[in-house]
Amino acid sequence: MKVSYKWLKQYLDLNMPAKDLAEKIERTAVEVDSVEVAEDGLKKLVVGHILSMTKHPESDHLHVCQVDVGEDEPLQIVCGAPNVDVDQKVIVALPNSRIGGNVKIKRSKMRGIESSGMICALDEIGFSKDVVPKEWADGIYVFDDDVPVGEPIYKYLGMDDPIIDLDVTPNRGDMLSILGTVHDLAAIYDQKPEIKKPVVNEDESLDANQIIQASADDKLAKTYKLRVVEGVKIAPSPSWLQIVLWNAGIRPINNVVDVTNYILLKYGQPLHSFDKDKIDGEITVRMAAKGEKLTTLDEEERELSTDDMVIADKNKPIALAGVMGGFNTQIDDQTTNVVIESAIFDSFKIRKTAQRHNLHSEASQRFERGINPDGVQDAVDEAVSMIKELAGGQIAKGTVTASEYHPELPTIFITAERTNHVLGTSLSTDEIKNIFDRLGFSSETHEDGLNVTIPARRWDIFRDADLYEEVARIYGYDNLPATLPTGRQSIGVLTPTQKLQRASRIALEGLGLTQAISYSLTTPEKAKMFLMQDSFETNLLWPMTQDHSVLRMNMLSGLLDDVAYNHAHKVDDVALYETGRVFYKDSAEQIRPKEVEHIAGVITGNLTDPLWNNHVKPVDFFQLKGIVNQFLINLGVKGDIEYSATDQYPEMHPGRTANISIHGHNVGFLGQIHPRIAKKFKIKETYGFELNMQELIDLPKNDDQYQAISKYPSIKRDISIVVGQDVSNSQILEVMTKRGGAFLKRVRLFDVYQGENVPEGKKSMAYSLTYVDPRETLKDEVVNTAFEKIKKRLTADLNAEIR
Amino acid sequence: MSLRDQLTEIKEKGLADIEQTSDLKTLNDIRVHLLGKKGPITAALRGIKELTPEERPEVGSYANKIRDAITEAVADHREKLENQALNAQLTSEKIDVTMPGKPVTQGQPHVIQQIIDQIVDLFLGMGYEVLSGPEVEEDKYNFEMMNLPKNHPARDMQDTFYISKEILMRTQTSPMQARALEKHDFSKGPLKMISPGIVYRRDTDDPTHSHQFHQVEGLFIDEHVTMADLKGTLITMAQNIFGDKFDIRLRPSYFPFTEPSVEVDVTCFNCMGKGCDVCKHTGWIEVLGAGMVHPNVLDMAGVDSKKYGGFAFGVGPDRFAMLKYGVDDIRDFYLDDVRFLNQFSKRGN
Ligand SMILES: [Zn+2]
Repeated sequence: MKVSYKWLKQYLDLNMPAKDLAEKIERTAVEVDSVEVAEDGLKKLVVGHILSMTKHPESDHLHVCQVDVGEDEPLQIVCGAPNVDVDQKVIVALPNSRIGGNVKIKRSKMRGIESSGMICALDEIGFSKDVVPKEWADGIYVFDDDVPVGEPIYKYLGMDDPIIDLDVTPNRGDMLSILGTVHDLAAIYDQKPEIKKPVVNEDESLDANQIIQASADDKLAKTYKLRVVEGVKIAPSPSWLQIVLWNAGIRPINNVVDVTNYILLKYGQPLHSFDKDKIDGEITVRMAAKGEKLTTLDEEERELSTDDMVIADKNKPIALAGVMGGFNTQIDDQTTNVVIESAIFDSFKIRKTAQRHNLHSEASQRFERGINPDGVQDAVDEAVSMIKELAGGQIAKGTVTASEYHPELPTIFITAERTNHVLGTSLSTDEIKNIFDRLGFSSETHEDGLNVTIPARRWDIFRDADLYEEVARIYGYDNLPATLPTGRQSIGVLTPTQKLQRASRIALEGLGLTQAISYSLTTPEKAKMFLMQDSFETNLLWPMTQDHSVLRMNMLSGLLDDVAYNHAHKVDDVALYETGRVFYKDSAEQIRPKEVEHIAGVITGNLTDPLWNNHVKPVDFFQLKGIVNQFLINLGVKGDIEYSATDQYPEMHPGRTANISIHGHNVGFLGQIHPRIAKKFKIKETYGFELNMQELIDLPKNDDQYQAISKYPSIKRDISIVVGQDVSNSQILEVMTKRGGAFLKRVRLFDVYQGENVPEGKKSMAYSLTYVDPRETLKDEVVNTAFEKIKKRLTADLNAEIR
Repeated sequence: MSLRDQLTEIKEKGLADIEQTSDLKTLNDIRVHLLGKKGPITAALRGIKELTPEERPEVGSYANKIRDAITEAVADHREKLENQALNAQLTSEKIDVTMPGKPVTQGQPHVIQQIIDQIVDLFLGMGYEVLSGPEVEEDKYNFEMMNLPKNHPARDMQDTFYISKEILMRTQTSPMQARALEKHDFSKGPLKMISPGIVYRRDTDDPTHSHQFHQVEGLFIDEHVTMADLKGTLITMAQNIFGDKFDIRLRPSYFPFTEPSVEVDVTCFNCMGKGCDVCKHTGWIEVLGAGMVHPNVLDMAGVDSKKYGGFAFGVGPDRFAMLKYGVDDIRDFYLDDVRFLNQFSKRGN
């Protein structure tokens, strides 16, 4: 709502700069979007009087004007506007002036003729084309005759008036009007503005109720009133009214329509004017019938829905109720008899209609947020009085009332004790009463508190909490003390799960992976990659884009997007992890997915920079496996971590992917991203893992106890064996650990070799075995026996050749 | 020459030889030679038989002194030679310490995670618990129980991703208020919780909008929690996250689930309150919304609003991070450019 500072000053004694007033409003009532004075940035624009005019010899549309600008000699100005004429008072941009858009005007020659300045149209001095009256839309603006020549133009166009643009929150519909704003400022500055009731001079010979009839369902329109003015003469409004409207961002149309818009601004009550002679029979408020159409004032034909509320006469809809009038009954230059509608329409229906037709008008905005039921009659009364004053005619006696609503004013009981209890203040009952006095809420002392009666213009207030807010804001949030809560104590600790989640992040960061956060909403294709369990997709009903239309069922695809982004920006080395949720559905019918915590990571390129002393090799499967394995050890999940080759993931390299299980529970996988997928994402050779974090959280953890370190020396034995290529390390380890005896503490694979001296289809693998007895010094013979047994078993079970 | 004089001569010559030796092997040879069974001292002492029994002990003890002196001289000289050798080695081992160290890998927490952790740690210290809730939420919790019935105009303020008529991507972390209120047993103590998480809005991504971002919800309900307590808590948070010099101010606002509702501004980062383009010359920047929990919210969750009340606030870590570090495009947080992410190294703050 664009509020005119000058208009406010008609009611209130305000002397501060507009910026300070705006700040006060922002601190006490609603947000302020901007404070603007239209003349700011303009220079040397004055009223000129066109003394004479000749046609430009070299042009068929330019005129050469002699313009009195209040100086000794008139200025010669070339003007191309079609409506320029002798004896007009016009906007003159003097030489070296500045007009709209920060354009400087200099003395110049136009087709050989000297031009000392420019005669301006409104949009050339900064007016939005949307608010320029049609009359002046295609030419220069012409002042009223009484405007003094040579004076700066600003005050004659309202451009000196600071306009405060309020961003009114949905609860403060009352602030969408000058009177509402005046009431609030009166409370803030503790003033008592005088707001006059309109006086209507009715013509006793005309009876509104004889001229027009109306009926309304009060579920659609709680209040529906019409007044009639006959014999008006449609003309442009006087300039003061035009100024009020264009400063509020509304285009002046004619003296009747402009009055309705003026009343809308003043009261917050949208009015609509119909040409009485275009209406057939009784007016009704009803829902549109199926298939009905209405051409609205913007000359657009609209298909109506049965959810649209309309105003109709006996034959046709004549307005989209509360949103926009109909073209068929609009006021035109020939209109003589007008019907003015003042109503309260159902806010929800208005909102839906405004949304459906994408028609968010000044009127609909106000109906949506509520209307002051006390202002409906005043608004229409003042409107018809103004119309009579500006357009002539007679006001028919009486108001046609199809429905009417006078709410019972709520009385709310509050105490100082409870107010202070909520706000942390120490206000007395008198101080609180004083705040309500300032707000214009009547209050009476009752027992230990106050009975506060809320005026109809503040329909947002209906319970005690609402009143605490009124007290707090008028008292001033700056005056509130700042304390920390006292009272019952509590302990703040992370839960074991939260600790584990935090530890898991720190662990992966320590292992070189940086935390990423990618999007949970992705494409249908990416959502179902790397599926660790069967799941149906969760789709959005109305996605903004296909790129973010389905909930992810894996974390890896998001990380691959990240790798792609980095690669596209010439970053080859990427090591990222992400923790977050994936969304699984067990059936297509299931609506709400299960949310499961996952953790995933990717590495590609080099983990560290190649330097003079750091001869890096690009990452590979085993680099990632080292990271994942250390991560799992850090989490302390009880049981052995096992890796088994898998080709179950179509998005993973079938020969370089392993399932990971702990104590028999599958917790995820790691491996190389399938080259085909890598190509699709436009990324280089990349390795990734994804783990079910929830599973890791739920699995039992190692006990909090320790094993004493053996005081006795260990004995090492190395063994080198040649086995078939298909024999896996884990098979060999299994034999060794199962058959290694009680003292085999550790087995370490230290060499793998294929090539010279190893037969085709075979590989040589060398292990270092460590034996320890925690209770006494091991004897060589004991170790030898155990070692021999392993050799025998390897030969027997795996057909190994011992070297 | 007396035996004593002979021994003296051996000693002096021996000590001179030791002093002149420049390598450990020669030094050892000298020691073995001088003190050995075939050495000059042993040879000289053969003449002890010719002395009187009275003279013998004196010469014998003199000979031992000489042995000791030589042993000591050898040891001293050895240490000297060893030091020389070590120093020579150290000199030869000199390196250019300005060359780079061998790289090790270290990842970083995401900058938004850092802000969240900072908030979480602060509120843990003040006795709050940390809760997390579903990202796919019921309309009931996201809106209805937050005092936003169907058809409430404020629903238009938030564009929502729906999955069905009743199921949606949560648009705020506020539903955690309702969930926490429903579960909490007030006989056990106050409800003090914060809940960080991801929220979603049906927005087109641009420098200031993202269809996915983060929020941290805060809630404190007990028998006597005041708006002044809210103000004090928010000042504590602002100063903890941004620095001691930062102040806050409250402005009236509107949220259906709080009454009174306030918008909270913090001192402008750019000008520290003097006024600049960033803060539209107000010296303040809007950072979060807060208020006293609406009695309807308490009642709907089965908490007696006559007995209990308190405050709630909602913080945007994305916005905090943008302000704190001057990031001007929210999308940077979700593209995961490693050059971007690694700038925010954790400083234990
Ligand atoms: Zn600033």
